[in-house]
Amino acid sequence: MKNKNKIKIKLNGKKLALNQSSTLFSLVKKLNIPLNKVAIELNRKIIDKKKIKYIKIRNKDNIEIVYFIGGG
Amino acid sequence: MSKKDYFIVGKKKFTSRLIVGTGKYRNMAECAKAVKISGAEIVTVAVRRVNILDKKKPMLMDYIDPKKITYLPNTAGCFNSNEALRTLRLAREIGGWKLVKLEVLGDKKNLFPEMIETLKSTEILTKEGFKVMVYCNDDPLMAKRLENVGASAIMPLAAPIGSGLGIQNKTNIKIILQQTKLPVVIDAGLGEASDASIAMELGCDGVLINTAIAKAKDPLQMAEAMKYAVVAGRKSYLSGRIKKNIFGDPSSPKKGII
Repeated sequence: MKNKNKIKIKLNGKKLALNQSSTLFSLVKKLNIPLNKVAIELNRKIIDKKKIKYIKIRNKDNIEIVYFIGGG
Repeated sequence: MSKKDYFIVGKKKFTSRLIVGTGKYRNMAECAKAVKISGAEIVTVAVRRVNILDKKKPMLMDYIDPKKITYLPNTAGCFNSNEALRTLRLAREIGGWKLVKLEVLGDKKNLFPEMIETLKSTEILTKEGFKVMVYCNDDPLMAKRLENVGASAIMPLAAPIGSGLGIQNKTNIKIILQQTKLPVVIDAGLGEASDASIAMELGCDGVLINTAIAKAKDPLQMAEAMKYAVVAGRKSYLSGRIKKNIFGDPSSPKKGII
């Protein structure tokens, strides 16, 4: 029963189950990710960070959240 | 020198001509210290997935403030144009970065740039408003083509990335310098301070160094050495060296010898 209310997504290549009402905003908040230091891609499309409150996550969505690390 | 000698790229003005890569350090604190000691005002950074399992993992931005040091996002690890474009579009989204380093590799062993994909990407990125500093091989013809499609800087390799071999083909670098109006930055393959000086004495506008500093036994001291090597090389270039002569020319006056 419990799983019925969940959606399955992929975040940074890892499978994840989320509540149906999840938005990109709630996901970022849950993961404690500082928004000003990342970029978000939803199904290969870059998302305007100002709009993530209104973007609902759907079943089978593929999300990538990236940031800067050391590199040459 | 009466006028201040600025390094200008993508309409941005810098005092330091040393760009430092932020990879391969033992930790972020060491990296941040090395950057500070080097005097670099630009650092290259890579775009990678956030670690979602470790929420407390420190971020580079916590150590190197992008308001004080210009971040130059790179496309390291990209082997085709699409990957590179995706990476830099994401980088721009993180915080509005338009000055970027394009690096499309063609071979996992020698890490030479895949120039056809690099050229294609440079053209697209430039049209999208990016200021593209392009990692390329030391081929004057390709350098010219990059310039023609709108590159903001030409960044020929000295030798394979991380090899520490120093400039392998000075003649090509000289030809590139003569033919271009763009800043030329030696990117990849430098090993020690004298390599950086040689690049600057050739007339290059800057050097980009990562491994030679990060993997030195004492990275902080090497960061300092590179700082001075770049300054020394630049001043030497601007000063106009003496002509080479196979015979001797005494430094003390011949007149008045007792």
